[in-house]
Amino acid sequence: MIEHRSHTYGVLGEFENEHQLIAAAQKSRQAGWVSVEGYAPFPVEGLSEALGLKRNKVPLITLIGGLLGGLGGFGFQYWVAAISYPQNIGGRPLYSWPAFIPVTFELTVLGASLSAVFGMLALNGLPQPHHPLFNSDRFAKHATSDKFYLCIEARDPKFSVGEAARFLQGLNAKHVTEVQDD
Amino acid sequence: MSAGQPPIDSPEIRRLSPVIEPGYTYASVTDKISAIVLTRPASLGWFAGFTLAFTFVMVLTVAIAWLVTKGVGIWGINIPIGWGFAIVNFVWWIGIGHAGTLISAILFLLNQKWRTSINRFAEAMTLFAVACAGMFPLIHTGRPWMAYYMFPYPSTMGIWPQFRSPLIWDVFAVSTYGTVSLLFWFVGLIPDLATLRDRAVGKPKQIIYGMLAMGWRGSARHWHRYQSAYLLLAGLATPLVLSVHTVVSFDFSIAIVPGWHTTIFPPYFVAGAIYSGFAMVLTIAIPLRAAYNLEDFITMRHLENMAKVMLATGLIVAYGYFFEFFLSLYSGNKFDVFLVQQRLHGPYNHFYFALILCNILTPQLLWFQKVRTNIPMLFIMSLVINVGMWLERFVIVVISLTRDFMPSAWGRYSATIWDYATFAGTLGLFTMLLFLFVRVLPAISIAEMRELVAHGSKEHE
Repeated sequence: MIEHRSHTYGVLGEFENEHQLIAAAQKSRQAGWVSVEGYAPFPVEGLSEALGLKRNKVPLITLIGGLLGGLGGFGFQYWVAAISYPQNIGGRPLYSWPAFIPVTFELTVLGASLSAVFGMLALNGLPQPHHPLFNSDRFAKHATSDKFYLCIEARDPKFSVGEAARFLQGLNAKHVTEVQDD
Repeated sequence: MSAGQPPIDSPEIRRLSPVIEPGYTYASVTDKISAIVLTRPASLGWFAGFTLAFTFVMVLTVAIAWLVTKGVGIWGINIPIGWGFAIVNFVWWIGIGHAGTLISAILFLLNQKWRTSINRFAEAMTLFAVACAGMFPLIHTGRPWMAYYMFPYPSTMGIWPQFRSPLIWDVFAVSTYGTVSLLFWFVGLIPDLATLRDRAVGKPKQIIYGMLAMGWRGSARHWHRYQSAYLLLAGLATPLVLSVHTVVSFDFSIAIVPGWHTTIFPPYFVAGAIYSGFAMVLTIAIPLRAAYNLEDFITMRHLENMAKVMLATGLIVAYGYFFEFFLSLYSGNKFDVFLVQQRLHGPYNHFYFALILCNILTPQLLWFQKVRTNIPMLFIMSLVINVGMWLERFVIVVISLTRDFMPSAWGRYSATIWDYATFAGTLGLFTMLLFLFVRVLPAISIAEMRELVAHGSKEHE
């Protein structure tokens, strides 16, 4: 297995603007490539659809985090005020739920926000100390500032360096390069 | 990050003044904003401002050291005026801290494109204001090293906080607000940190920005989840920002003290918070755009829109004052009626009149477009409103506490040099953090400015 391992991460093509990138992403899917990823310096409208990305799990994680925060916060206040440390103040009820609402609300928002951010980072696999694409000097210099990239990855079943490179050149990509994965 | 055409972007309004001047490309916005951090040397003005602010931070350090040594007796507080400057300043700072998240969250949900070039530093301002605000209740406890008592933790004494108390709600509201504002700000920063990482020259900068950017590479799948998370955070921060000052107003309105015990407090506190927050954003934006030549990004349209928000929230605040006044008289409650008389004729009435002048009368000038587009006037106006909002909290705290139910319990309050030193110190801390911020992080979101450029070119085609 290991001796046959290729050292290619994929083939990277550079585009001048987001319209070319979207068109290239659509054509690559039509041509039957499956492991294709676009890179842009800002969130490009329509790129997710062009790459066929499905709904992500961040909203679900956020909902779960919010529910845990809210229910946990309310339950905890009940446990503190009525069970663990009951205080009889003029015979008022121990389970005074309206007074628990502000903290319950805050903890709902806190739980949901923490899960949204850390859920997003975890699903994205960040933090990640290094990624093969940064082996490309042009990518490292321009991907987060002014250029757009499409990468056909080596794990694609029909991948070969020559064919992927020819395909990207056919889409008018500039600076088509092979990216090493080490 | 935004879809569809908001009504404010109608052609006639855009012709008047754009949210970004034409002619910018992805590369040129990136260069211009990142250059402030990466290549432009710090100017003499920056060093002068930083040094002045840092001097006041030293004043703060001395004031707190002396406070810890001697106790809260060095302040002007007494019985019955136990709150004084500490709470006035707390409410003032936390109010200022509302604009950042409001601009970022609510204007984002409403699809207002003009938020883009002001949201980043407004969020930073929020964080620094919340840091200053949080300090006051902490040192006001007198024993700040025992402040952890306010958090629920399993103590060997078997005691827990009183969750029915607004002061505990405050702990949760302010700490949640601080945390969520930090998350929101940081998530917005990730793509820009990656830009700085890729453009920085020299190992130390590359390593620091690289660690903060966490390996962001602009992948479409990452952006997909990133946008979900950002939208959700905006949706969560919107009710949160409204809840914070509501909870702060509960500190007052749950009590039975005349002038505090009123149901109008939550909405009028929130409106006041937004009012003072926008005033502070203008106070910062006007010098910032001049110092770093950002007039193309922070245009007249931004300044004018902020002036309009100030006018609108100022009118809500005026409505609040009026109803506070009216309801006291209409209630027939003699303590409430007496408090109104004390505001008008009592020993602190000059504060009340100054408050009306600063917060209600002066901002009416904002009805005129000539005033809204006159930058020096706007700057002065923003300072006047900041002062006015501070006076509002002074009037609420001090007049009510000096004149409650029984004449035998009446008192007088005057701040000492240490009160002023602490307040001036937090102003210095706030300013110093802002000075550092503009030097080490992009003060305008570069990724979102590229989006504006993209939208501009699409409309052009």
